[in-house]
Amino acid sequence: MATATAQTTDAPAQRELERRMLRQMLLIRHFEEKAAEAYALGKIGGFCHLYIGQEAVAVGSLSALRDDDYVISSYREHGQALARGVPANAVMAELFGKATGCSKGKGGSMHLFDAGRRFMGGHGIVGGHIPLAAGLGFAIRYKGGDQVCICYFGEAAVNIGAFHETLNMASVYKLPVIFLCENNRYGMGTAFERVAAVTDVVEHACSYDMAAELVNGMDVLAVYEATRRAAERGRKGGRPTLLEVRTYRFMGHSMSDPLHGVYRTKEEVEEQRKRDPISPASLRRRACWIRRGWTPSIPRCARRPRKRSASPIEAPTRIPPSSLPTCWPIDGDAHLPRRPQPGAARGDAARPQRVSHG
Amino acid sequence: MQRDPNVFLMGEEVGVYQGAYKVSRGLLEEFGPMRIVDTPIAELGFAGIGVGAAMAGLRPVIEFMTWNFAVLALDQIVNSAAKILYESGGQIPIPIVLRGPNGAALQLAAQHSQAWDSWLSHIPGLKVVAPATPADAKGLLKAAIRDNNPVIVLEGEMLYNLKGDVPEGEHIVPIGRADVKRPGRDVTFVCHSKTVAVALKAAEQLAEHEGVSAEVLDLRSLRPLDEEAIVGSVARTNRAVVIEEGWPHAGIGAQVVDVIQREAFDQLDAPVLRVTQADVPMPYNKQLERLAKPSPDRVVAAARRVLYLD
Repeated sequence: MATATAQTTDAPAQRELERRMLRQMLLIRHFEEKAAEAYALGKIGGFCHLYIGQEAVAVGSLSALRDDDYVISSYREHGQALARGVPANAVMAELFGKATGCSKGKGGSMHLFDAGRRFMGGHGIVGGHIPLAAGLGFAIRYKGGDQVCICYFGEAAVNIGAFHETLNMASVYKLPVIFLCENNRYGMGTAFERVAAVTDVVEHACSYDMAAELVNGMDVLAVYEATRRAAERGRKGGRPTLLEVRTYRFMGHSMSDPLHGVYRTKEEVEEQRKRDPISPASLRRRACWIRRGWTPSIPRCARRPRKRSASPIEAPTRIPPSSLPTCWPIDGDAHLPRRPQPGAARGDAARPQRVSHG
Repeated sequence: MQRDPNVFLMGEEVGVYQGAYKVSRGLLEEFGPMRIVDTPIAELGFAGIGVGAAMAGLRPVIEFMTWNFAVLALDQIVNSAAKILYESGGQIPIPIVLRGPNGAALQLAAQHSQAWDSWLSHIPGLKVVAPATPADAKGLLKAAIRDNNPVIVLEGEMLYNLKGDVPEGEHIVPIGRADVKRPGRDVTFVCHSKTVAVALKAAEQLAEHEGVSAEVLDLRSLRPLDEEAIVGSVARTNRAVVIEEGWPHAGIGAQVVDVIQREAFDQLDAPVLRVTQADVPMPYNKQLERLAKPSPDRVVAAARRVLYLD
């Protein structure tokens, strides 16, 4: 069992790791519940895909990586952003569309970015970010680094061409990428077995001569250990790994989808909830986690509002209209290019290009 | 590539084969397989790898064997390359160059003879350049590689054989600036890429047979568009014909005409006319193909109409 392997390391460090992972999972759970609340109040707009039920996947895998590794994800990425250490306030502010959000209110729920933490985004087109992960891996190899890139996507992305093109090239070019498929069994409302000829995602690795592992996504330590092995493979041999992590989302596909919808039964969801990675039962099983009291660092904005709209949940979303064209190429098409100065020869070196940070 | 070790070239047949059109001849030998990267035929995949590498600070030059195949990579061009800077709140620039031949060559039929100028120019976040001469090709490519934004370079199979003077050394053509390829007084031909040669030939014919002096304005850059140059030229000549290789509906010419009517309405002495590819998929038959493409004769005919010579 994976936990046994994990416990062979230095015991206090192990306890600290486990405590940290529990705290993170609780933070994500709490954050997502608050996001659902704010969405219901109309404070969060657009699409909002919650991570409840899948916390162990982001937390276990990211705990196994270094700060200089790259992380890239799909649109269900609140959990990865939080587990990566993007401040909960900045993530919540982004959901609210605020200029203080981690993407300055330009991205929203599906496009969380934090370049400083090498969190290279949530991406909205199913499978569209998988080639980007290989590109990040390519850059690591190009620069001769020993980092890895981890790429999260759902099982539904396995049916799209980008997945196959990328796995092939990652293997051919020997890129240090961990392709982590979060198999939560449903692509929106379509059960995977209804649309996939091969339902064990790990099997696809054979086609691309890639290492692969099937992981229990409800066991945070199992995810941690599998990711650690994959990262080692990437760092030492520059080899990619496909991890199929079996998990389950307890909420609907997005906020517009009821809890269990018409594509799965209430009983199924209830049954799966018994496997909750952070249910009291899980806590009892891993008693070492709760030897000391834990305190989830609840985001300020999600805390119970004190008097007079102290919480951003109550605060109106304001962003200056002047920020519409910012975060944009300075020499972009919003303005005419400047004419050459009189006397300056045409064809002089291009003006230095800078990126506006709005 | 000699100047900046972060620049690499990736695409189909760019290495061992030396480029489908020999554009990358000798590069593999000079820079090695890490920087001249052969890919499988997987446009979406390798375009995405390019964008991802740019996210990490490299400066990829992604070659499409032709832009016809790049249609398979549009998701990466439109949704990744063009948007990541903005949707990340300005955190992650994408300094990538996506280049390859665009438009029709000779008798390659419908799927291999398409000009994507207006499609690509439609997307905010991309810059689009389309050189017509060897000197501009060098200068714009250098500018594109040094730009911190995604830049599309539309080349032409038929232009690869064009010979012309190329300045030595650091020759850079700033993106967003049009160029008068032939000065004139009576009518402005707004054109770019392959249609510059068409417009020049038409201008010669008009000068010889009609005594008409046509100005040939090469846009060079389709996004950003040098509106000032267009308006300046039309203000002098009071008449314009816009020529492009693409189809007429929602083409580059439509955008240019919008600029002219908005900024030079009072200077116009005649409605602006357009010369484009015929509004059909490109036929294989040589004669039909010639009919479908913009030709000097069609430009001359349009010029005669805006000059009221008919």
